[in-house]
Amino acid sequence: MIRIHIEKRLKAYNGIQVLRIEKTVTPGSILRVTGPSGAGKTTLLKMIAGLIAPDAGTIAVGDAVWYESAMKINFSPQQRQPGFVFQDYALFPNMTVLQHLQYATQDAAWITRLLAIGQLQTFAHHKPAHLSGGQQQRLAILRALAIRPRLLLMDEPFSALDVKMKTRLIADLLLVIKELNATAIIVSHNQQELDGICNDELVLGGEE
Amino acid sequence: MDLQPIWLSLKLAGVTTLLLLVIGLPLAWWLAKKQSVIRLMIEALLTMPLVLPPSVLGFYLLLAFSPQGGLGKWLHEVFNLQFVFSFTGLVLASVIYSIPFMVSPVKSAFQQLPPSLSQASYTLGKTPWQTFWRVLLPNIKPSLLTATVLTFAHTLGEFGVVLMIGGNIPGVTRVASIAVYNAVEQQDYASANNYALVLFAITFVLVAGVFVYNKYQVKSPLV
Repeated sequence: MIRIHIEKRLKAYNGIQVLRIEKTVTPGSILRVTGPSGAGKTTLLKMIAGLIAPDAGTIAVGDAVWYESAMKINFSPQQRQPGFVFQDYALFPNMTVLQHLQYATQDAAWITRLLAIGQLQTFAHHKPAHLSGGQQQRLAILRALAIRPRLLLMDEPFSALDVKMKTRLIADLLLVIKELNATAIIVSHNQQELDGICNDELVLGGEE
Repeated sequence: MDLQPIWLSLKLAGVTTLLLLVIGLPLAWWLAKKQSVIRLMIEALLTMPLVLPPSVLGFYLLLAFSPQGGLGKWLHEVFNLQFVFSFTGLVLASVIYSIPFMVSPVKSAFQQLPPSLSQASYTLGKTPWQTFWRVLLPNIKPSLLTATVLTFAHTLGEFGVVLMIGGNIPGVTRVASIAVYNAVEQQDYASANNYALVLFAITFVLVAGVFVYNKYQVKSPLV
């Protein structure tokens, strides 16, 4: 089980909002996170990844406590190692597609397979500046998968993909997630793109 | 023309730039992280050589390292180090004098990188040091090159600080800028012109080279 019970004060246009989340995620499930802009969806993913500290609460994955405010436990992102797909992709401009994956993993066979999943084989030696938006987004997903994460955190991961590519990629992604025995938390605005894929949903509203 | 002052200037600028790469890059990285009062104060202090007359800096360095008293005496007695009127002293003064030229552009470049770059690297399990070398530093290459060349060129052009702490000892502290001054004092305008022209040519080629490189960086989609 992944237990998330956290509180975080967020600065919003109308003052301070408090983000309170209490959610238990079943291992192997795919959770869709939705809510209006500024509700704290990205902040939630970053808190789970250890990139932002909550103000209070607990985050526990299985038996491991990643964050516990009372006991001052706060694992670093390196200790948590989630697969993280950033909304702005966060690709490294100095690295080619292949170098991105080699930076994340030494496993050549796994890299070959990832390139096939993202259909980026012919672009292996291209840097992000020479990839289209959709290709960049696919690379961001592949890089997150490269570390074989047990927890996959994805922030609007399919927003730049056309319908055909999206359908194909999601099908492959589901296979990989199953294979890795991973849990996925996906932030998405588009209800349909994750229809029939997610087993759970978390709606963030933001309270005063 | 006696080429020794030119070589001395190039040697001083080279050593200073190398030292500033070692000291300045981690310092700029540290300063680029979250702001705090201490960081701001340190940054203000590091920027002082930009606005202070070089003679002020040279004067204080001269006082600090004078073998007659205090720190200078202690360094001389314990480590047999003499900073005043020596090449080592020139290097130390140049490092302090040129530090803003290295730190400031590099710090701004680090700050302009999206925070998600480091964050992505951390989630892949990489340490801050690995992230610095593999992700951050390669992505500020143009700024790094500009900072390196400006530091080098600025050190070549030093005069006030060098004169205060190094004096005008041929072969030891008489760098090209001092040699120009010295030649003019002796009304040897031909020599002054030679040194001045060489300094002008070297710095112009360096600065123009950087501008051209940054403008026409390789734009190929492959590697």
